[in-house]
Amino acid sequence: MDILVSGLLLGGTYALVAMGLNLQYGVARIMNLASGEMLVLGALAAFWLFTTAQLSPVLTMIMVAPLAFIGNWLIYQLLLRPLVKRAKNQGQLEVDSILATFGMSFALVGIMVAIHGEYFTYSYLANPFEILGTTVALNRFVAFVVALIIGVTLVLWLNFTRPGTAVRAVSVNTEAAKLVGINVPRISALSFALGGAVTAAGGTLISTFITLDASVGVIFTMKALIIVIMGGVGDMRGSIIAALLLGLVETAVATLIDPGLTLVSAYLIFLGILLFRPQGLFGKRAT
Amino acid sequence: MTGSGWKEIGLAAGLVILAAFVPLVTDGYWLSIAVTAMMYIALATAWTLFSGPTHYISLATGAFFGIGGYLVATGMSDYDISFWVMAAVAPFVAVVLAAIVGAATLRLSGIYFVIFTLGLAEMIRGLVSWVQNNFLGSRGLYVLTDFTEAHIYWMLLIIAAVVYLIGWLIERSRLGFAMKIIGNDEGVAKHLGINTAAAKVALFMITGYFTALVGVVIAPRYSYIEPNLVFSPELSFLVVIMALLGGTQRLWGPIVGVIPFTLIWETISVSFPNATTFYLGLSFLLIVYFIPNGFVGLVEKLARRRQG
Repeated sequence: MDILVSGLLLGGTYALVAMGLNLQYGVARIMNLASGEMLVLGALAAFWLFTTAQLSPVLTMIMVAPLAFIGNWLIYQLLLRPLVKRAKNQGQLEVDSILATFGMSFALVGIMVAIHGEYFTYSYLANPFEILGTTVALNRFVAFVVALIIGVTLVLWLNFTRPGTAVRAVSVNTEAAKLVGINVPRISALSFALGGAVTAAGGTLISTFITLDASVGVIFTMKALIIVIMGGVGDMRGSIIAALLLGLVETAVATLIDPGLTLVSAYLIFLGILLFRPQGLFGKRAT
Repeated sequence: MTGSGWKEIGLAAGLVILAAFVPLVTDGYWLSIAVTAMMYIALATAWTLFSGPTHYISLATGAFFGIGGYLVATGMSDYDISFWVMAAVAPFVAVVLAAIVGAATLRLSGIYFVIFTLGLAEMIRGLVSWVQNNFLGSRGLYVLTDFTEAHIYWMLLIIAAVVYLIGWLIERSRLGFAMKIIGNDEGVAKHLGINTAAAKVALFMITGYFTALVGVVIAPRYSYIEPNLVFSPELSFLVVIMALLGGTQRLWGPIVGVIPFTLIWETISVSFPNATTFYLGLSFLLIVYFIPNGFVGLVEKLARRRQG
């Protein structure tokens, strides 16, 4: 039961991060390997404002999200758009965007190490909290609830508004979206920026209950990628379910075997998915 | 066989002989730089063997290299097996790993391959540390041999030369021809009846073998080995940068990239030891935006302009 509750709480925050990456890869078609660094940047902001001004991470998140939106929009327009224009085909774009986002990821890690080279340790709402007969830290629960609110809002926005529908249309088929009069470059930039904002918001939440440091981003990129592929590229519901699953498995492995093996367990899941359902848990087999 | 092919291999042989004299004319600091450069030449050429024709960015270098170094250390430290036996055995473990990774990902699109190799070194490091802490007990391993820097340099030179020769032979074989078609258009390759997945996996296994062998040979240089040292994700990225800087369309491209980059990197590591990650990122960005085809691309563009 302990494992179930903690696993689901952890999975909830993973879901947010994976949804952010899914918007960037599934819609804007940019494999963003700097996603984890965006997350750590959000965490750094939360840590910094909490230790200097005692600002609640939830408030920080509300400030960080718009900033990350603008920042990611600029990154897309200035750095990634030229690559999209230059690429002759999808494969070329994939290689270029992977290399460019690697560059950004390392540059960001370098900058963050320069700002704060140690662990982002702070204590926010680290009180015991009783839920379903299990005691968990209150900060985990708060993070989960906030992640849930953002996630549900995002899914509703995607499904029931005009811009949200346009985003989904681009995700399904870029060429066809152009034909029905969708401004694909604009929607791609919007999705990339939105994805970055969601990821950074997830970072501020995660930092309340996991101690991060400047160079840990790549682990989160890895996990988010595994979740996105497991859930199906472009499929938000799939991402949420896959994230909860990963949260559960990681918590189970960490409690029952060894905390050092969480990445190994994530890899085993990944291997299984690649071997048996490469189209994702809910995806249709390509014809 | 065309004349230019023989000219290329002749030139390469001349360079190898020339390079063999390096330890005789220098020692100390510059020899240690030469060993590092030779290590990267072997690694980057092995990387290009697979990633050049397929355009798949492999980040598995750190994992293969680590397997080589770590197994040698375990064998010699814990089981008293000789260096040479381990050198013969260890690379085949990497070949098995390459086969598993390749079989799982190379049937699918290239993106899965990149993602899978991204965390591979880190994952294996975690696994190895766990096994060591829970079942084996010891943490540090020693690789004590009589090799000098010059011996290591010569061994690396031989590996680099063999990798180059194999690459040269593959380019002229059925496998190389198949890879060229796959690289240009995988759909066409499939229609021609090429087993694209098998061809890619085979090539990836060759890369894995030689990368691990470099890890084996370099292990005596560290003499003290622990998982955090040999399973280094940074190594994978450095190799990618050097190969891209040189250019991956030609087998000799990486060599052109390694030498200047090793020197620059050495300077950066000494002058700004805390900012290496930042400069690593900057190098990636500079290459992607300004020299997307590497030095080889630049040279060939200039040559074309002169002709046209």
